[in-house]
Amino acid sequence: MTSLTLNKITSQRGIPVGEAAKKIADLGWNPSYVQEAAVHPSDYKINKEPRDPMKQVLRSYFPMEEEKDNRVYGALDAALRGDMFRNVEPRWVEWMKLFLAIIPFPEISAARSMAMVARLAPGEELRTGFTMQMVDEFRHSTIQMNLKKWYMENYIDPAGFDITEEAFGKCYATTIGRQFGEGFITGDTMTAACMYLTVVAETAFTNTLFVAMPSEAARNGDYALPTVFLSVQSDESRHIGNGHSLLMAALKEPENHLLLERDLRYSFWQNHAIVDAAIGTFIEYGTTNRDKEKESYAEMWHRWIFEDYYRTYMLPLEKYGIKVHHDDVHAAWNRITEKMYVHNTAQFFAVGWPVNFWRIEAQTEKDFEWFEHKYPGWYAKFGEFWKWYAKLSTPGQKVVTFNEEVGYVYPHRCWSCLVPCLVREDIVTDTIDGQLHTFAHEIDRWTAVEAFADEYQGRPTPAMGKFGGKREWETLYDGWDLADAIKDLNFVRQDGKTLIPQPHMRFDDKDMWTLDDVRGHTLASPLNMLRNMTDEQREAHLTEYRAGFTINPCN
Amino acid sequence: MGVLSSSVGSGAAGAAKFSDSDSRKYRYFDPKGKRQSHYEDVTVDVQPDPERYLIQDWIINFSDGSGAYEKNATSAKSSNWHAFRAPDEEWERTHYQRQSKIVGMVQSVISNARANNVPEGYDGVWRKVLQKHLGAWKHAEFGLGTSLMRAQRFGYTQMINNATLTNSSYKLRLSQDITLFLAEVGMELDGWNDELGKETWMNDPIWQGTREAIETIMGAEDYLEQYFASNIIFEPMVGELIRSGFFMRIAAANNDPITPPVISAAEADYERNLANTIDLMYTLINDPQHGNENRALFAGWAKKHGTLANKAALGLQPIWSEPHTKPISFDDVRAQSHERVNHILGELGIGDVLNGII
Repeated sequence: MTSLTLNKITSQRGIPVGEAAKKIADLGWNPSYVQEAAVHPSDYKINKEPRDPMKQVLRSYFPMEEEKDNRVYGALDAALRGDMFRNVEPRWVEWMKLFLAIIPFPEISAARSMAMVARLAPGEELRTGFTMQMVDEFRHSTIQMNLKKWYMENYIDPAGFDITEEAFGKCYATTIGRQFGEGFITGDTMTAACMYLTVVAETAFTNTLFVAMPSEAARNGDYALPTVFLSVQSDESRHIGNGHSLLMAALKEPENHLLLERDLRYSFWQNHAIVDAAIGTFIEYGTTNRDKEKESYAEMWHRWIFEDYYRTYMLPLEKYGIKVHHDDVHAAWNRITEKMYVHNTAQFFAVGWPVNFWRIEAQTEKDFEWFEHKYPGWYAKFGEFWKWYAKLSTPGQKVVTFNEEVGYVYPHRCWSCLVPCLVREDIVTDTIDGQLHTFAHEIDRWTAVEAFADEYQGRPTPAMGKFGGKREWETLYDGWDLADAIKDLNFVRQDGKTLIPQPHMRFDDKDMWTLDDVRGHTLASPLNMLRNMTDEQREAHLTEYRAGFTINPCN
Repeated sequence: MGVLSSSVGSGAAGAAKFSDSDSRKYRYFDPKGKRQSHYEDVTVDVQPDPERYLIQDWIINFSDGSGAYEKNATSAKSSNWHAFRAPDEEWERTHYQRQSKIVGMVQSVISNARANNVPEGYDGVWRKVLQKHLGAWKHAEFGLGTSLMRAQRFGYTQMINNATLTNSSYKLRLSQDITLFLAEVGMELDGWNDELGKETWMNDPIWQGTREAIETIMGAEDYLEQYFASNIIFEPMVGELIRSGFFMRIAAANNDPITPPVISAAEADYERNLANTIDLMYTLINDPQHGNENRALFAGWAKKHGTLANKAALGLQPIWSEPHTKPISFDDVRAQSHERVNHILGELGIGDVLNGII
């Protein structure tokens, strides 16, 4: 018997993918009656038509994404049937209140930015890629909002999830995420939507965001987050292709090289400052898993950012004539390892717990051992602090934020990345329009003072963005009583007194802090304080600040 | 798994009772209906507003000092931009389900038709009509799609921008559907010229009015004008006129059963996009503080784009004479189109604005 050759009956000649993409790229034309409306300006000049490396069309895109969705929503249903939340670690889910308050805004900002970037270069081919990215980002934003709603409906303590987007606009920690998201949609279009978003955030840092975090989630009994975020990450390769293609088109013009150098530097450093602060903290401090065989955040960073991104993506740009700031990459690595950047950030979030909208519990002896193993010297610097934090976690104690016995000194805020100046010895100051500002690092100062300016190294940059708004959160509540500030923030449960944030995982009203427990402490703006000093006082203060602080022994 | 970080040995809802342990709804916005919808939950307030919760204001500005989203990106005014909810309640899952269903249906239709040699049975004149005129029309759809892609950057709320984004996605999908449909049908037919559509779009006098109308929408700086002009004016006056009034109704009579289902998806898309647009415009035109101002603004947009759309529609008239079989006349479909646009404008309280224009 001859074998059945079904395809002789059913097969149909199709259009090759390349040809289909070419026909679709031909949908665009150069208008002759009315020119297309402006989107936002750029100081870059791009004359080369970028190519679409993915050559995908919507006909195959939509079913592919629907299939991905089916898997995601099927997994969420299965998680509930499997009683996932019975075994999920609250230490982990609490940090999702912060993470998922932030991330839908940067995602939808990326969708908006596609409108800007799609028009930057001539030709229509890559526009198809940007179109799909626009719809992808719409997917990511709403799928993440859905995940958060799902946590709110099924996790033991929904408080904080229930005010999520309100909290996003108000919190001293989400301001860091807003700096990230607004960076995609404001200022020079090429800087924002290509370099900051695609070339750096998506190409380098989504690995830590969307791959490292899911791994840690799974270790903490949460297999919903991996399902959603690995699905999100599967869209990123197309976005990386979009960014690389536009970058290659921009590289063709030598007059863009100075701006590319500027933007690569700004984008890399600020992504490091923001993403590593946040994701590093979630991964290292949100976990209960202390398996010494697993990679630390620093080890993952070295693999993904240093080896993969820096060595294989950034370095080759040199051969096109772009100056790559190698020192910055090493400085970032140094901050993550020797200067304990992530740990300083976690400590800062813990000190600020009363104005959070999630719970942070103390690290314990088991955690200490792991930290010391992965980050030698950690215990000497942070061990006593976390003991204090545990000791001061019961209502009636003097809140850690204001407890002089602890020895913590509240930090200055970096005017550029908005993460505080946590590596104390690196703080620098400078003035912008006659106003004094503090910066976490010299590169942060460079970003705010030199990169975000009207000209760069003598070249006019009229399209470049400007830092604005009330950037130092602490100035908003300067002189306020802590309890009044929390009430104003609406970080209070619906009984009108119990705080949404708690410094522990005890789910019992008798253990939970109320407004009365935190009343009587006055918030202050470190920046206002610094500005009001005489020059001598300021110099003395900064010298003392750079020397750091010592946490007192906790007995 | 070892002992959980939870004090009660579980991370599940209901494992303990304490303050707000039952707070399982987003409580930072007012739903439009009695209960908040899933769409609202995943949409409202994701784009922040300094007048609501964004207490630090926008923290990165454009070089002129304006923030990420500004109310003056449109000349329309609202006493509450956050009131609008898209009637189609689209979010990612429903969007992909619908789009995926459509591209699947379109591909099945084309594939089955090709397997049954349907294109070979096309009337010769109709073949030319498809190459030229459906080929030209795909560019109009693309123009609307790119206009709305731009527009979705500027709206003051997430609800407005997401509705505009999905509208753009629908238009761009249709332009690609038509492109690939024509290419695949052409594979079965000798002498088929896929380039003819663009050539017609760019140079044939029949299409220049339409191209001008589309380019004017593409060139509008006001994002809401782009949204208004697309769905309130151009679509009923030109889009439905040629899609339903020509391709769908005349194709079958010319031995072409494929084009109508390919195009019909667009008509269903438009019903949703029209509902979204008219709901937003209705809210603005009935705004307690700015309603009259908005009415005058929209009337101006209607006249500007209505004049162009009317010129476009009249320009297309010769197309109705081209097929061998002509089951419906241009005048009949144009009358329907006028009735439709006047009805839409009537709902907005500016029903007479095109008097003297159409």
